[in-house]
Amino acid sequence: MTSVSASPTTEASRLSPPPKSRVLAVIAAVFALALLLFMAALGSSAMNGSEAGTTPHTIGLLLSTGGVLVSAVVLWIAVRALRGSLRASREARLGKVLDARATAAASVQDALLTLGLGLTVLLILLGALMLTVNDGIIQKTFLRWDLMAESAKDVVAAFGLNVWIAVMAEVLVLVLGLLLAVARLVPGRAGRPVRALAIAYIDGMRAVPAIIIIYLIGFGLPLLNLPLLSGLSPEWFAIIALTLTYSAYAAEIYRAGIEVIHPSQWSASRSLGFSYAKTLRFVILPQAVRGVIPPLLSAFIALQKDTSLVNIIGTMDAFNQAKFYSSASFNLSSVTVVAVLFIIITIPQTRFVDWMLARGMSRRGRAGGK
Amino acid sequence: MSFIELVGLHKSYGRHTVLQGIDLQVQRHQVVTLIGASGSGKSTLLRCVNALEPIDAGEIRLDGDVVSGPGVDVNRLRRRVGMVFQSFNLFPHMTVLDNIALGPIRLLGADPKAARERARSLLERVNLAHRADYYPDQLSGGQQQRVAIVRTLAMDPDAVLLDEITSALDPELVAEVLNIVRELAADGMTMMLATHEMHFAREVSDLVVFLEQGQLLEQGPPEQVFGDPVEPRTREFLRQIVEAGRL
Repeated sequence: MTSVSASPTTEASRLSPPPKSRVLAVIAAVFALALLLFMAALGSSAMNGSEAGTTPHTIGLLLSTGGVLVSAVVLWIAVRALRGSLRASREARLGKVLDARATAAASVQDALLTLGLGLTVLLILLGALMLTVNDGIIQKTFLRWDLMAESAKDVVAAFGLNVWIAVMAEVLVLVLGLLLAVARLVPGRAGRPVRALAIAYIDGMRAVPAIIIIYLIGFGLPLLNLPLLSGLSPEWFAIIALTLTYSAYAAEIYRAGIEVIHPSQWSASRSLGFSYAKTLRFVILPQAVRGVIPPLLSAFIALQKDTSLVNIIGTMDAFNQAKFYSSASFNLSSVTVVAVLFIIITIPQTRFVDWMLARGMSRRGRAGGK
Repeated sequence: MSFIELVGLHKSYGRHTVLQGIDLQVQRHQVVTLIGASGSGKSTLLRCVNALEPIDAGEIRLDGDVVSGPGVDVNRLRRRVGMVFQSFNLFPHMTVLDNIALGPIRLLGADPKAARERARSLLERVNLAHRADYYPDQLSGGQQQRVAIVRTLAMDPDAVLLDEITSALDPELVAEVLNIVRELAADGMTMMLATHEMHFAREVSDLVVFLEQGQLLEQGPPEQVFGDPVEPRTREFLRQIVEAGRL
C-alpha cells in the first residue's frame, strides 16, 4: 500500500491506456482547414457571379463572410483537439495515465464537435448560397419580399378562414370520433351490427383521400337539394368534409386509448356493481382521454394543414387567396407566405405535443417505479 | 340456509378446465379461506362468485336466490358481494376520497356530500384520513390496498371476496392490511378469501378449504386442516409451506 504512490511506472502499467485520439484529431483538422478554404472560394465565386450592389451580391457577401468566420471557429476547435491529442501522448509517456485519459477524451470530444459543427455550417451555407446562384433565381421565384409584403395582408386575413374551419372541424371531430370509438367497442351479440357499421365507416373514411371527400361534399351536397344542408356555405361543406374524414382517425386514436386501460380497471369497476356503460363513462374514458390527448393533437395538426385542400371547392382560404396573387404576378412568393403561416401555427403545437409526451412518459415512469 | 352456496361449479377456458365441480357453503358471518397452489383455481372461484367470470355449469346461490345463469342482475349481485383484488385496482384518475365515494354516489344514489363524509369516516377507521385527497400513485401498496378495502365497504356489501390481497405487497406492509381484515372478521363480515398467508388463515378462518387442480380436496376448521389434514395432497402442500418457512 505504501509503495504504490512511490513508483508511478508500476502503477501506470496496471492502468489501461487512454483512448486513441490522434487519428480523429488529424481528420478533424484536415476537414476544418478544407472547410475554411472552401468557404473562401465559394464566397469569391458567389460575388463574381452577381453584379455588385444587387441583393444577391449582398446576400452572397454576407453569407460567405459569415461562413469564413464560423469556419475559423471550427478550425480553432480542431486545433484544440490536435493539441489535446499530443498532450495526452506526452502525459501517457510520463506515466500520468489518468490525466492522459481525461485529456484524450476531451480531444475526442473536440474532434467530434469540429466534424458536427463543420458539417452543419457547410449544409446551411450551401443551402443559403443557392439563393444567390443564377443571379438569385431561387430567391426571386419564392421569396420576393415586395410581393410577399403586398399579398401578406389579404393572405393572413384569408388564413383566418383556415383557422375557423380547423377549429370547428376539431370540435366536431372530438365528439363524432368518440361516438364512433364507443360504437366500435359496443359489446355482445346485439352490438355486432353496430360494431360492423362503425368499422365500415372508419375503414372507408381512412381509405378515401381527404381531398376527394371535400370535392364530393362541396359539389355534391348542393345538388341534393336537402333542406338545411344544401343551403350551407362552402366553409361549412369544408368543415363537414374534414369532420367526416378526421373523425375516423380520431375514433381509432380513442379506441387505442380505451384498449390500453388495464382489464383490472374494468374488473374493479364492474365488481362494485357498475354497468358496462357506467364503467366506460366514469372509469375508462376519463383515463383513456388523458392518454390520447397527444395523438389527437397530432391528428389535429394534420387536419389544420388539410384545410388548405378546401380551395378546390372555391372556398377563399389562404392558399386560394395566395394563388390569386400568384397568378397575377407570375410569382410564387405569395404562396410562400401561406407556407410560413402554417409553420408559425404548427411548430408550437408539435413542440407542445412532444413536451406532453415527455411529461406523460416521466409520470408513468414514476407510477411504475413506485 | 347458507348465505353463499356453490353447487357443482364448473369453469373452463377453452380446453383448460379450471374448476371441476366445486360444492361449498358459506354461512353468514363466516370467514372461509381458500388455500392451494397457484393455478389451483382459488382466484377463479372468487371471480365466479362475483360474476366477473361466467360459469359453465353448476349454480351459485346468494341468500337462497340463484345468482348464476342468464337473466341475473349481476350489477345488483356485485353491489351485495364486494371484491378486493391482489393489485388494488384503484382508479388512478381520482383521489382516494373519490375512489371511495364514486360507487355510493353513482350507484346507490347517495348525496355526494354525505357520501364523501362517510368515505372520510371510513378512511379514519383504517387510519388513512390524512390521505383522503391524495392520488393512488402517491400511496404505498399497503395504503392503496386499505383504500381498496374501504372502497368495497362503502357499498355496504353483505359479503366481501378478498383475492390474495397481500400477495403484491412488500412484507412490511402486509400486517396493516391483515389487521383490517381481522377487524372485519370480528365485526361479523361474511368473507371468502384466497391467501398464501397461512398463519393468518389459521388464525382468522372459520373454515379452511384446500383446492387442488380445480377440485375441492378437503375442508374443515383450521385446526383440523392445518393440524391433522386427511388428504395426502393437503399434507404435501402444507409440508412445502412449512419448509418454505411460511407456517
